[in-house]
Amino acid sequence: MSYAPSPAALRRIEATIALYPEKGAAILPVLHIIQGESGFVPEEAESWVAGRLAVPPVRVREVLSFYTMFKRAPGGRHSLLVCRNLSCTLAGAEDILGFIFETLGVRPGETTPDGAITVFAVECLGNCDHAPCLQADGADHGPATRASVAALIEELRADA
Amino acid sequence: MPESMDRLLPVDDASWGLEAYVSRGGYAAARQALTSMAPADVIAEVCRAVLRGRGGAGFPAGTKWGFVPQNVSGPKYLCVNADEGEPGTFKDRLILLRAPHALIEGIVIAAFAVGIPKAFIYVRGEYALISERLEAAIAEARAAGYLGPRVLGTDFGLEIVAHHGAGAYICGEETALLESLEGRRGQPRVKPPFPAVVGLFRSPTVINNVETLAAVPQIIGRGAGWFLGRGLAKDGGTRLFSVSGAVRRPGVYELPVGTPLREIIEVHAGGPPEGRRIKAVVPGGLSAPVLKPEELDLPMDFDSLAKAGSMLGSAGIIVIADGTPILDVLHVTARFYAHESCGKCTPCRIGTAWILKVVERLRRSGGGPADLDLVVRLAGGIKGRTLCPLGDAAALPIQALVTKFRSELEQAVAR
Repeated sequence: MSYAPSPAALRRIEATIALYPEKGAAILPVLHIIQGESGFVPEEAESWVAGRLAVPPVRVREVLSFYTMFKRAPGGRHSLLVCRNLSCTLAGAEDILGFIFETLGVRPGETTPDGAITVFAVECLGNCDHAPCLQADGADHGPATRASVAALIEELRADA
Repeated sequence: MPESMDRLLPVDDASWGLEAYVSRGGYAAARQALTSMAPADVIAEVCRAVLRGRGGAGFPAGTKWGFVPQNVSGPKYLCVNADEGEPGTFKDRLILLRAPHALIEGIVIAAFAVGIPKAFIYVRGEYALISERLEAAIAEARAAGYLGPRVLGTDFGLEIVAHHGAGAYICGEETALLESLEGRRGQPRVKPPFPAVVGLFRSPTVINNVETLAAVPQIIGRGAGWFLGRGLAKDGGTRLFSVSGAVRRPGVYELPVGTPLREIIEVHAGGPPEGRRIKAVVPGGLSAPVLKPEELDLPMDFDSLAKAGSMLGSAGIIVIADGTPILDVLHVTARFYAHESCGKCTPCRIGTAWILKVVERLRRSGGGPADLDLVVRLAGGIKGRTLCPLGDAAALPIQALVTKFRSELEQAVAR
């Protein structure tokens, strides 16, 4: 199977490549665009990126497998990141993770059976004055309580 | 420059835009630099202000700019380190949200001083939504002629590109940041050559932290003497102290360099919650060795913290109250560095993984006090044996936790 981005994504990709003096430098931003459209980076997209940026396919795989924000397999429609670094642990991050397990039945790295939410335990999100903090689809949430996380989960589930 | 520019961070979230920034005196310093100063004079002024790198290393920014060779042809770059990942640090987040134009103006002045036509802002991937505001500010600045081919009507041209990382603490290290920006794994380079000579795309490159650059308009606008007078003779200006953990008012506090740690915690952040006492404080992001309650009268500047065996680092203060087991703090710390070691240097890759294994065994009560010695020894095997500072950043706080809280840890593991 071959990969092709949508025309809109392709326009963004071309504009992005033009910002850099060397095409290879656009690997991260181009992968962000592809993941933004597809939810993850399909394997066929790797060779497409390599071809478009004139780098060996292994360069793309190296980058994909290094950075935690890139996904090589489909996940839930929504991502829920739970910080568990020091400030958030002091404020009860483990209790929040426990509550999420009670509520959704999934542990970090897993997706709910209905495909709605993938949960991740992550390191510092740089929002420590709102500990314990989370990010839902990139949007900051915190200071989190069991009640606020329950409401957040309802919101995500309702948004198909 | 009016006094309203004396504070870097506006207290509200609404006055981030160009109009509000200009009305409080913004871009006057850039105009002054570009229209009435020689580039070398700008560098000299920043040197006199003793502006030390706010990302954590504390290297004087003016000196760094002076290292860039001026007699070579070809491109030069400015990289802005907005990969704020040091646990307990969230000050650059607030600059990007509340004062993006202070950063942009600082970039304009720095780029003019060093003769750089292109800047990249490396924003950590998790700040993608925050970066939308920064990118809106860049567009405003370009439309108003503060960026573009003829900045402020002069012959100096500058473009800024916001570039997003993808989740890797190591990319805050300057050479790993360059690798990442070139589209590779974020793994540090061997130095020398230093980035000032061989940096981004093999060209001379300046790399500065967000807060460092955002302070530059104050220096040019109010003068190096004024800036230096706000801090200490060897460490000028104010710092943005991030305070989190067991305090009543967590947040970012803009205070003179050298403000005592105890004052920041007790007065500004309100001290620990009712009925709780301070047990330990991490003074400069998770990488900074922990301090005990009797060590909190230290002035918060690079040299004082170094003398006390810790570091000011990114000035991220995490307060730990009684009731928190130090074994939990040790576990979070060990897990973080094992996760974030990039894998390039063997001592760090293997050492952080082994430390985590031992600490996990201690938590499962499968170990004993001798394992505490093992943790200290493993950390000693990392310290000073890696290409980049991540190795020391992992080893030093772990050694400090085990050494300073030895009796509590021995009791906790003797089961």
